[in-house]
Amino acid sequence: MLFDNHLKTFSKGGVHPADHKLSAGEGIEELPLPRSVTIPIYQHIGAPPKIVVERGDTVKAGQVIAIHEGFVSANIHSSVSGKVGKIDPVMDSSGYKHIAINIRVKGDDWEETIDRTDTLVTDIPYTASEIVEKVMQAGVVGQGGAAFPSHVKLSVPKGKVVDTLVINGVECEPYLTADHRVMLEKPHEVMIGAQILMKALGVSKAIIAIENNKQDAIQLLSTVAQGFPNITVEALKVQYPQGGERQLIEALLGREVPSGGLPHDVGAIVHNVGTTYSVYLAVQKNQPLVQRVVTVTGKSLKKPSNFLVRMGTPVIDLVTAAGGIPEDTGKVISGGPMMGKALADLKVPITKATSGILVIPEAETKRAETYQCLRCGKCIEACPMGLEPYHLMLLARGKNTDKTKEENILDCMECGSCSFVCPSNRPILDYIRFSKAKLKKAVKE
Amino acid sequence: MNAAIIATVLILVTLGAIAAVILYFVSQKFKVKEDPRLAAVTEALPSTNCGGCGLPGCNAFAEALVKADDLAPYHCPVGGNEVMKEVAEILGMEVEERDPYVAVVRCSGSFEARKQTSIYDGAANCTVATALYSGDHGCAYGCVGLGECVDACDFEAMYMDEKTGLPVVIEDKCTACNACVKACPKDILELWPVGRKSQRIYVACKSEEKSGVARQECSVACTGCAKCFDECKYDAVLVENNLATIDFEKCTLCAKCVVVCEANSLKADNVPDKTLEKLLERHKKKLEKEKAERRASKQSDTEDSPVTKTEKDAVR
Repeated sequence: MLFDNHLKTFSKGGVHPADHKLSAGEGIEELPLPRSVTIPIYQHIGAPPKIVVERGDTVKAGQVIAIHEGFVSANIHSSVSGKVGKIDPVMDSSGYKHIAINIRVKGDDWEETIDRTDTLVTDIPYTASEIVEKVMQAGVVGQGGAAFPSHVKLSVPKGKVVDTLVINGVECEPYLTADHRVMLEKPHEVMIGAQILMKALGVSKAIIAIENNKQDAIQLLSTVAQGFPNITVEALKVQYPQGGERQLIEALLGREVPSGGLPHDVGAIVHNVGTTYSVYLAVQKNQPLVQRVVTVTGKSLKKPSNFLVRMGTPVIDLVTAAGGIPEDTGKVISGGPMMGKALADLKVPITKATSGILVIPEAETKRAETYQCLRCGKCIEACPMGLEPYHLMLLARGKNTDKTKEENILDCMECGSCSFVCPSNRPILDYIRFSKAKLKKAVKE
Repeated sequence: MNAAIIATVLILVTLGAIAAVILYFVSQKFKVKEDPRLAAVTEALPSTNCGGCGLPGCNAFAEALVKADDLAPYHCPVGGNEVMKEVAEILGMEVEERDPYVAVVRCSGSFEARKQTSIYDGAANCTVATALYSGDHGCAYGCVGLGECVDACDFEAMYMDEKTGLPVVIEDKCTACNACVKACPKDILELWPVGRKSQRIYVACKSEEKSGVARQECSVACTGCAKCFDECKYDAVLVENNLATIDFEKCTLCAKCVVVCEANSLKADNVPDKTLEKLLERHKKKLEKEKAERRASKQSDTEDSPVTKTEKDAVR
């Protein structure tokens, strides 16, 4: 890691938080079935799906319980078998109440069409449109954090030419190891998943990008990739936020996605490793996205682990399985320490976007005292999008929302590098998020 | 030597004189005709620049007033009727008197009433906290308690009560400039007419949560039980989305609704305690009477019961 200066990375901004990958050596462990699951129907970006079950219905694992409405939306499947209970607003990781379906677990019956064996299916007999359809039916969304429906990303608009598929195994967030474990334990599946995505997009080149702090994954995947022409593995210099689409494309291909544009504008599509694995399961095994790998970690936690968890399992179950909540806990965060969100309640369900649960000791959670802005410009140096965070914060605080839009606040991906480097401990990202939320609402209305 | 100095002085004096003449004619030609009343109107306004009139500052308001054909749509909430009367005199127009308004806090979720479920340590700003989550207590509709309204107030008419964690409006200082109403992300602050003898009755809750959930989150939450609706003879109460709201135009301040509310969600500002006590006593008596009646009717039911019993037996 010390001698990685010859490796590629993105050019603008970036920071180096300590990586604390405590659970990197822990294998993926299947979490025992919970007593009941609470499945929020709003787990992705886009329109919420329509609920198709009623209270008292008996459902099987893998059965559709909410159907997508419109193109940018995703199906929701039951992650367990049992009886549908209350359909009520429940607090989710957003901190607000949204409609969720409660299912009391009974046995573990799966839909007959689903293949749950571990046998590798290598043939891909489907056409591109069949693959997109299958991915859509399986409710696969991006598992890197934003939860953007994957079938939308696979449908490249007319007039755009995509030449490269990038599989994102960067996992630049400190602490998180879910993608790392998937790469180590399911390398062949990830490769076939990548082939499926390549076929759907009609591209002939795929790059699996991994940061240099995951040497074992780089070596393993490089070996496996020898059996797959057109797929290469590339090690990248460690730098946060390299897992961001735009940063990754710039690091690998040297192409810059324009402001307000999307990756396909520069001929690239990025999919996360976890998503690629889900695509494999959806297309080859008919298995919808009902479970995912979640890292449960923290310095004081007895047993940092990587669990295979059914959607809708309460967070508290995962923490209990990892040794219970340590006494010195200050915050429990859904996601990583940089972009994650502190939970207001531990009964919050795991969703398709939950990549990790991080238990942080109280001493580390306290925000330090804030001081006046020094105009030192560190936030500008750190911003990977080339924005002026201190200025955006001042505009946001003055509720000058129109002006923040002119200053391209919507380019901000909320990586938190600005707040991380600020010597005055100013809550820069808090205010930027606030202004973005205001702008998005204005767009919706 | 002397000649050079004299020549310089002469040239400069002539240049100055020519420039003065040009400037005089230019200023005559491009003179900005200002309404002489504008200065007087500006003078009459309170120059607080609070924006309560809906215009950016007192100068803009004065300009709008001078240009206006009718003063009816304009009102300075800070100066109130007196200032508007003065302005009307300057402009030679008539103006109708308006009821004075005051800000009310429509949340009574004090620290005691609602449990704190989490600790917020982000930026101390209500709107930022709201963008992140529903608040450090269960209620997504209630006061966030970070005092953005107090910061917005230019008149020192508000403060945060440390015991309850809620903002308090100092009635005498409040000018109804609307700044706090605009600042509150949860829309808890509202402008109400000051009312007869400064009395106001309103539902100090905005929770649209279902009754059970609302009560679980906050002991003074309005559950939309509609008891106040049943009590009101003047149609002043509207129950919608599990929440009662009082229409101040219809309310006669009889305060009967206040005592029937079991959750104490209704607030009666400046209504004498004696009146409320009397009403409460009357309400209690009424309840007892109803209870007695019910018991009596039940007894009569049980007297009739042999018949029903036999009927039931027959069914069996």
